[in-house]
Amino acid sequence: MIKILLFAELQEEAGTDQVEVDKAGVTVNEVKSWLQKQYNLTTLENTMIAINESYADENEVVKDGDVIAFIPPVSGG
Amino acid sequence: MSQLFDIKDTPLSIEEVVEKVTRRECGAIATFIGTVRELTHGKRTLKLEYQAYKPMAIKMLEQIGQEVRDKWPGSTIAITHRVGTLDISEIAVIIAVSTPHRKAAYEANEYAMERIKQIVPIWKKEFWEDGTKWVGDQLEKNAYPEGKPSIKGEEND
Repeated sequence: MIKILLFAELQEEAGTDQVEVDKAGVTVNEVKSWLQKQYNLTTLENTMIAINESYADENEVVKDGDVIAFIPPVSGG
Repeated sequence: MSQLFDIKDTPLSIEEVVEKVTRRECGAIATFIGTVRELTHGKRTLKLEYQAYKPMAIKMLEQIGQEVRDKWPGSTIAITHRVGTLDISEIAVIIAVSTPHRKAAYEANEYAMERIKQIVPIWKKEFWEDGTKWVGDQLEKNAYPEGKPSIKGEEND
């Protein structure tokens, strides 16, 4: 299982802040496509990905137990 | 020692952040206080809500701290960011940098704020009279033109 974290607008669109799903062994990009379909998200395109709290590439393969965070454009400060 | 990089859901104290960087060998402490602005291009903000991916946000703040120490040797930096609902004029972020001499303190402080706006996973929701929106892209550039934020910070020199 992997854990997906959603923030800001994505969290409101999906109606949840986290999802657990059996997607180990596929790329981040595939997780993203699944998420998009599952929740009909309109704001997923410009997001960054973090795996286990570090920015990651969309082609990386996720492992069992990974935490994948979808990070919309940040606006701190 | 209290931690230099923090995310809090209660009002921030400038004294507390300054105290973290005060050292006998420093001759300057530059502070930056980011506050909630009421008017942006004539549009009235009623309040803001900040959300953070807290463990990663703290990691990214620590990374900024490392960048600052590398660029301005002898500096010490502390950053605290607020989350939750903030009213107009409340403090959203405090950055304090201490250095032996003042020029480096000013420079390092500004650099840290720019980096926060690029890489730290914190989001702001605007509440206006006619609606709400999670705003991104505070630097007023396209969202991640290169596909991802610059983790290295090289083009910020």
